[in-house]
Amino acid sequence: MSPDGAPAAALIHARGIEKSVAGRPILSHVDIDVASGEIVTLIGPNGAGKSTLLRILLRLVAPDRGELWHRPALRVGYMPQRLALDELLPLTVSRFLALGNGGRRADLSAALAEVGAAGVAAAPVQAISGGELQRVLLARALLCDPQLLVLDEPVQGVDLLGQQELFGLIVAIRNRRRCGVLMVSHDLHLVMAATDRVVCLNHHVCCTGHPEAVSRHPAYLALFGPQLGEGFALYTHHHDHVHDPAGHIVELPRGSEPPSAPDHPHG
Amino acid sequence: MDEFLWRALLGGVGLAVVAGPLGSFIVWRRMAFFGDALAHSALLGVALAFLLDVNLNLGVVVVCLALAALLAWLQSRGGLAGDTLLGVFAPSALSLGLVAIAFMERLRVDLISYLFGDILAVSPVDLAWIYGGGAVVLAALAVMWRPLLAMTVHEELARVEGVPVERFRLAFIALLAIVIAAAMKIVGVLLITSLLIIPAATARRFARSPEAMAMLAAAFGAVAVAAGLYASLVLDTPSGPTVVVAAAFAFAVSVVLPRRAS
Repeated sequence: MSPDGAPAAALIHARGIEKSVAGRPILSHVDIDVASGEIVTLIGPNGAGKSTLLRILLRLVAPDRGELWHRPALRVGYMPQRLALDELLPLTVSRFLALGNGGRRADLSAALAEVGAAGVAAAPVQAISGGELQRVLLARALLCDPQLLVLDEPVQGVDLLGQQELFGLIVAIRNRRRCGVLMVSHDLHLVMAATDRVVCLNHHVCCTGHPEAVSRHPAYLALFGPQLGEGFALYTHHHDHVHDPAGHIVELPRGSEPPSAPDHPHG
Repeated sequence: MDEFLWRALLGGVGLAVVAGPLGSFIVWRRMAFFGDALAHSALLGVALAFLLDVNLNLGVVVVCLALAALLAWLQSRGGLAGDTLLGVFAPSALSLGLVAIAFMERLRVDLISYLFGDILAVSPVDLAWIYGGGAVVLAALAVMWRPLLAMTVHEELARVEGVPVERFRLAFIALLAIVIAAAMKIVGVLLITSLLIIPAATARRFARSPEAMAMLAAAFGAVAVAAGLYASLVLDTPSGPTVVVAAAFAFAVSVVLPRRAS
């Protein structure tokens, strides 16, 4: 059933996608594939057409030209870029999730537990933090038992440590469910560890491949500049204190190892 | 109590019960201005119905739907902001209706009663429209509830999950047109949106779920109708505006009321 030249595990197969908006070309001749079990990250500067490509691949928008194939009866879990819920709409997290699956309670709590957000089930959607909201959106995407997860800037509005945790969570979900993941990010280095293949997009596909290879590719460096590609290093250091659950500083005795996260990256 | 008073109360309360849930969606979907434009076009429907000698309510529903289709088409062409388009539409439709009625010299049309309502003149036929149309609207809303709520929260997410968004959007506008036709007699075309929006806005503070807000809005609307009707009899004031003033008073109280610690 898979199209010519695509592997049997193919979920999405797109060739020669073209799209113009108001006479301005947004996408020209874009090829992209996503297969079961792989994480593909779409990176590119603002206005590069990442979201437009995602919406075409989701069949929310029709391309001007090009062919798009979905595996028959493909189940797609979609996590939109942002959710700005009006204060006038009283909605708890579990009600928000129930909108996606008709409210089978066991599935709702299982999905919330899987993303580590079981604690916010009864909270109003407007009252939870940015990181919790992203996890809740991810939980909603998991409700349809997806073969493909499509995540649009999944770590938006999340602090750096939370971003690392979220990417770790996405990898864990892929490992557990063997689903394909297509996500959008504006920063390659944040997603490096959490991705198998990178597609660098600036209206056309500039380069594609393993994240390490893309980060050294001339087309990538031309787009993002060498300072990001070369000068970026993980800042390794020790903390002399930790925080207790209430946020208070707990001094550590000199020379001792902190109980958790002794070395961690900062941006 | 006189029979016409009972009919007025029955008609007003019936309308408020339908307007609560529908008005909640109008508030959530930020369609207040759209509802206003649609209601203003109802007068044109009245004029056309007189001209063609068909049922008034039918004329209003048809004209509202035609206007909604025209608006959707103009919006899809782009170029003008949605609120500008509505700002052109609402007064134009109202004025066109007034001009059309002025042309029909032989007809004695009580304009004030169409503009501001004449709840004391509600007839048994009007009641049948309110309760028949209201039952259709509530049943349809109950069937559409979850997908309509899903697309209100996030339209693209709902589309990916398989909700036929365009179909539900059209169906919702059709329900709004039916309620406008039924409400015209009670509060008039100029005040219809107030009955949709004020009770829903009042209910928000006390509701923890969408359903609770819809039901509370229906209850607040019904109380406003009863209180407004009573006040208009005692004070000898126009009934439609008095009902709206009663609803606005409840809203003001809900805003001023101290927030309970949760």
